[in-house]
Amino acid sequence: MMQIYLLLGAMIVVAILAVELKDLLSSIVALGAVGLLLCIAFITLKAPDVAITQLVVEILCLIILIRATLKRDLPFSTTGRWFLNTLIAVIFISVFLLVAAKCLKDLPQFGYPIMRVAGTYLKEGMTKTGAANIVSSIELDYRAYDTLGEATVLFATVIGILAIVRKSGVKKEGEEDSEENE
Amino acid sequence: MNKTNEKGMSLIVKTITRLTVGIMLLYGIYIISHGHLTPGGGFAGGVIIALSFVNLMLAYGKEVTLKKLPKGVASFFEGMGAILFLGIALLGFTGGYFFFNFIAKGEPFRLFSAGIIPLFNIAISLKVGAGLFAIFISLVLLKIEAEKK
Repeated sequence: MMQIYLLLGAMIVVAILAVELKDLLSSIVALGAVGLLLCIAFITLKAPDVAITQLVVEILCLIILIRATLKRDLPFSTTGRWFLNTLIAVIFISVFLLVAAKCLKDLPQFGYPIMRVAGTYLKEGMTKTGAANIVSSIELDYRAYDTLGEATVLFATVIGILAIVRKSGVKKEGEEDSEENE
Repeated sequence: MNKTNEKGMSLIVKTITRLTVGIMLLYGIYIISHGHLTPGGGFAGGVIIALSFVNLMLAYGKEVTLKKLPKGVASFFEGMGAILFLGIALLGFTGGYFFFNFIAKGEPFRLFSAGIIPLFNIAISLKVGAGLFAIFISLVLLKIEAEKK
């Protein structure tokens, strides 16, 4: 348990750094450190599947962030209603923490959940689906509807981004981009 | 910095990329095809494949990469992955219900086992890899357009 708390503390420190740093590149690097520490935390909790996905998606997101946002001036104004904004944020955070503290009391203890459904999966997963990787057998066999929904979300995202980009790209470039964007 | 980026980076980066891109692609294919045996699976493997093409694009610029994998081909693979996923799921009706595992399950811990799960992994990897690469291309093209203005 100790190393988890150390990792969490380091993550919080680096996340605060990422918000407070003035340089955009340094801020993105600090954000990458948060993802890396989260990946190590997943490995410590013995979840290599999630760790691989976290690491890979983090790298891709950082590359996209660096390539797409660097050297573009993002308007972020801190002047104006500074007091009101801080007050609202503090109120929201305190309400959230209070509700969370009340809810988290009723959760089962860490690492010892009620294994009614998961116990069945663990016992019968390999004989029923034939997959040695239990995570794969759950997400593609028992819970395949979840995966279908996730694929639909990704499809909608790609279509949305392509549609938005096409609108600004077509008028300037002419023919070749508009056909390829389809 | 930015103008050299569009035509490609320095010779060192180009050489290293030429040597490592194939290995990255193979690693992605390994993760996908062994998704039902070892950690990983369709999503992670698809992202790794997309990353190999993104790497190529960062090192060589967009002309070389788009010649290797045009945008139309990427969107074709994306739709193909979705249709493959749904088609295999619909084929389950031959045995009873949606998402029915209708192929023989075979022996555990072998590469050809677990029925439809490896096929689902392949379909998802096609979809995720092509989709994320398409998103990356679009954002980069948008940025280049914005800089021209």
